Amino acid sequence: MSEAEIVNECQPSFARGLWALTRRELKKWLNDPVMLVMFVLQPLIWMGLLGKSMNIGGLFSTSNINLPQQIPIPGSAILYPSGLPGVVLDGAVILQMFAEMGSSIMQNTFGVADYFSFMAVGMVSMIVITTTMFSGMSIVWDRRLGFLDKVISTPVSRAAIIFSKILNATFRAMFQATVILALAYLLGLKLSSTFTPLNLLGVYAAIFLLGVGLSSVFIAFSIRSTRMERPMQFVSLITMPLMFASNTFFPTKLMPDWMQAIARVNPLTYLTDAVRQLTILPTDSSALLVDFTYLGLFAAVLATAGIVLAWKYLTR
Amino acid sequence: MIKAENLTKVFNRNLVAVDHITFSVREGEVFGFLGPNGAGKTTTINMLITVLKPTEGAASVLGFDVVKQANEVRKVIGVVPQEYTADEDLTGYENIMLCADLYGIPRDVAKQRALELLELVELSDFKDKRVETYSGGMRRRLELACGLINRPKVLFLDEPTLGLDVQTRAATWEYIRRLKNEYGMTLFMTTHYLEEADVLCDRIAIIDHGKIVVTGSPSELKDSLGGDIITITVKENADVTSVIQSVENVKEVRKENGAYRVKAANGEVTAPIIIEALRKKGYTVTRLSLTEPTLNEVYLEYTGRAFRNTEESRMEFMAQRFQLWRARRR
Ligand SMILES: Nc1ncnc2c1ncn2[C@@H]1O[C@H](COP(=O)(O)OP(=O)(O)OP(=O)(O)O)[C@@H](O)[C@H]1O
Ligand SMILES: [Mg+2]
Repeated sequence: MSEAEIVNECQPSFARGLWALTRRELKKWLNDPVMLVMFVLQPLIWMGLLGKSMNIGGLFSTSNINLPQQIPIPGSAILYPSGLPGVVLDGAVILQMFAEMGSSIMQNTFGVADYFSFMAVGMVSMIVITTTMFSGMSIVWDRRLGFLDKVISTPVSRAAIIFSKILNATFRAMFQATVILALAYLLGLKLSSTFTPLNLLGVYAAIFLLGVGLSSVFIAFSIRSTRMERPMQFVSLITMPLMFASNTFFPTKLMPDWMQAIARVNPLTYLTDAVRQLTILPTDSSALLVDFTYLGLFAAVLATAGIVLAWKYLTR
Repeated sequence: MIKAENLTKVFNRNLVAVDHITFSVREGEVFGFLGPNGAGKTTTINMLITVLKPTEGAASVLGFDVVKQANEVRKVIGVVPQEYTADEDLTGYENIMLCADLYGIPRDVAKQRALELLELVELSDFKDKRVETYSGGMRRRLELACGLINRPKVLFLDEPTLGLDVQTRAATWEYIRRLKNEYGMTLFMTTHYLEEADVLCDRIAIIDHGKIVVTGSPSELKDSLGGDIITITVKENADVTSVIQSVENVKEVRKENGAYRVKAANGEVTAPIIIEALRKKGYTVTRLSLTEPTLNEVYLEYTGRAFRNTEESRMEFMAQRFQLWRARRR
């Protein structure tokens, strides 16, 4: 080999670097099927246990209300028309009325007749939080194992380093959301009449936007750190409150004002609503527009901030 | 090729890891950084390869500033890090191709080079095995292959033979010599093995506590100690120090355990002259030995400490590796 051949003026392209780094992450992930199952297990357990046990619809079911065959009502309880000695009601008819009231309450509160459908869809938020958290923080592992330093010493675009983490997180979230939604369907999730398979594309888009935003946050958190513990603790601390202070488990309109205020800025609220609109609710396009606008802004602002920080701090 | 001026790195505002070092590396030479653990070798390399930002001072590689023109620097360098950085879940081949992608080397060129390099480091048979199954020596060779994929003009090697057995170490030295001779590459390497610096490097900088204590070629450094050491025993009981001292080229004479320890330049020439001078005065030389100073003595001279036992550092290294490995496995 002659000396002239050593000359190397290759210009690494952003797309190629991004794809190479993302493919590495995906390969690692596919190599570890146990983790794959573990990540699906958590939302599955929540969905199966909480979603099925909190049978709120069942509160109003005919079997939950014990009424005698005949319900006597004394005359003193009857204000109008006055003077009646009393009446006897048919228990079965009254029971039916209660049940109808119940399903109307369910419909007004949750938008659907059963709580399981309502909360199973909310599991998508949980998936996005956990996957973005793990993949965002895997940058700490890369740092610790020296892999990140090696990548930094190559001319690959700094943005590709960050975006590969973001993409990896969102791909994972999409995959797991698909699994969980399919399982939910098998467990009795009721799709709305407006649902078409095309709506799934919308679901993926919403997951993508929240995934980009959240993983940018987690990456920014861990970019300089060589320890996993502190960011992990921070995240596990905020995960549950974030989910409860959103419409994931319960509609926000019945929450106290201060909690509603949190829920209104909480991006999980918008993701969950978007997914609900697209799957179990009759689609309300104006609500969907609001959801996507918010998620889009969230993603754009945080991804920009994340990239700027990364640029500054990748090289210590 | 490489220039550093007052290069300094301070960690956490108080730990001065590299302290105003100035040096330059010429084209085509093997430049060695020799120093004990924690001397600041890796930190220096990390600044040169744009992984760390210098706190103070400046450095350039091929004329490109490592901070302002970092991306230009990255294009022309190759790095073989101290740690094993290959991805354990990928195969050796996949790891090399990943590096190629990061450098943006055209795919077909990259494929051919990857196979060539795997051949060079004798990993062809293992190229489709996951790195997880590689031994330490194989991993280090893989790192070497990765560092060469972009045909760098300057190759940075951080402790290239750390933790390798004697044979593998010798083989690695062989690769390094070939890179220098066949490819005309400039090499910057760090080591804490004295023999390694001695046999491989054209020039050496001894670094200790973040400061360069001395720079020069191995023989210059040895010569700077005052040349060779001649040990002489004479039959007679008299003190012949002054006789030996009077010989040209003799720098220092010390009496130790009945023998005379003489420091002299050009020992092979000076020794016979000393014998002659003694014979003329009527003394008989019964024993004479000539030793060249080793870098060990150079190191001792400049740092005031004996070099750390290499075996000990190896154990330390292994312990470190094991910890990392456990950390990964969680
Ligand atoms: N990221 C870091 N943060 C804080 N201190 C650091 C960091 N990296 C290195 N140091 C410190 O800087 C000093 C020099 O470390 P460096 O890794 O450069 O040594 P070295 O010469 O490469 O040693 P070795 O032979 O063990 O590899 C050490 O005291 C080390 O503790
Ligand atoms: Mg080191």
